[in-house]
Amino acid sequence: MRKAFSLASILVLALLASARADEKPNPAADQKAFQTYFIKKFPKVKYEDFVNGPYSMDEGLHKQWEEKEQFPPYEFAVETGKEMFTTPFKNGKSYADCFANKGIGIRQNYPYFDEKEGKVITLELALNRCREANGEAPYNYLKDEMASLTAYMAFTSRGQKMDIKIPGDPRALEAYENGKRYFYTRRGQLNFSCATCHVQSPGEHIRAEVLAPALGIMNAMPIYRSEWSGMGTTSRRFLTCNSQTRAVPLEPQSDEYRDLEYYLSYVSNGLPISGPGARP
Amino acid sequence: MSVTRNIALAAVLVMAGAVPVRAASEADFKAAFSAAEAAEKQADQLRNKWTTTESELATAKKAAASGDFDAAIAAAKEAEALAQASIYQATSEKTRWKDLEIR
Repeated sequence: MRKAFSLASILVLALLASARADEKPNPAADQKAFQTYFIKKFPKVKYEDFVNGPYSMDEGLHKQWEEKEQFPPYEFAVETGKEMFTTPFKNGKSYADCFANKGIGIRQNYPYFDEKEGKVITLELALNRCREANGEAPYNYLKDEMASLTAYMAFTSRGQKMDIKIPGDPRALEAYENGKRYFYTRRGQLNFSCATCHVQSPGEHIRAEVLAPALGIMNAMPIYRSEWSGMGTTSRRFLTCNSQTRAVPLEPQSDEYRDLEYYLSYVSNGLPISGPGARP
Repeated sequence: MSVTRNIALAAVLVMAGAVPVRAASEADFKAAFSAAEAAEKQADQLRNKWTTTESELATAKKAAASGDFDAAIAAAKEAEALAQASIYQATSEKTRWKDLEIR
């Protein structure tokens, strides 16, 4: 009897495992499950508030955020970014010539999948490509000028709902799946995945930091972090997350990070752009 | 205990102390370091290097440069063990990541 029961259990487990392996990618279902998970986990948090990261997690932190927004630390970056954005390149052209709607109010459409290239194009990558196409040297992906430019572009898009598309190209679906795999894969000596902090433990403390929920995490980029005493881009955030788990970070804008941004942005579709943000 | 026995025992002890313990050589270090580097190269191919492995490799190099091959070998061995652990992690996570997925 016992033997038969064990055998049946093994068969059920094997069937479950094979069913999982056969599952077809379904980004729309993923997005629904992802958002529902956070909404159920934090029933008191307003849907739109998830974009405020740790500041959405409790009343006290939310109050801190409201006070911070009176004199936001990212303000200088927005002003610098605006000046940079509107200053023409040496050839007379400007950033506005490289983007739809002259680059205003378009943050919610990045990253996108470029079917010609077969890869994900992030806003940071598009900005440097724009510079290079106009004879200018690319910027460092992590901070300073890149953070200011993306801060300004995010600021002009505030309130727009994240709207990432996955076209019918199988390579787009592959990029999305690669991003998802990267998000859930444990790495570094501490054996942490992105999800360990931002799915399993948002709202909890890790040392002095309050962890942000993964839902809406991209909507606030770039961010001013008190810990950095300055602005940082999405690239900077990914790199520092990796090194905090004792993993050697990849190159900024590597395929893995671009795919990760694609996945994380897609599952936050429908939430407003709140960038640039401020974080502890 | 007789005096003769005591002298014999002392002689044995002196002889034992005089047998030199072979110090680690540069060749031993090179072998340990190359094994660690090979493992780290594999971790790199899996896009899963650890900062701690890199740091142990640097420590090993520095100790070897100062002629302390015992410390250099110890650090190289630690680096190899860490690199092997990162390879194991990358390999097992190829399927294990699904367990964390929100469904």
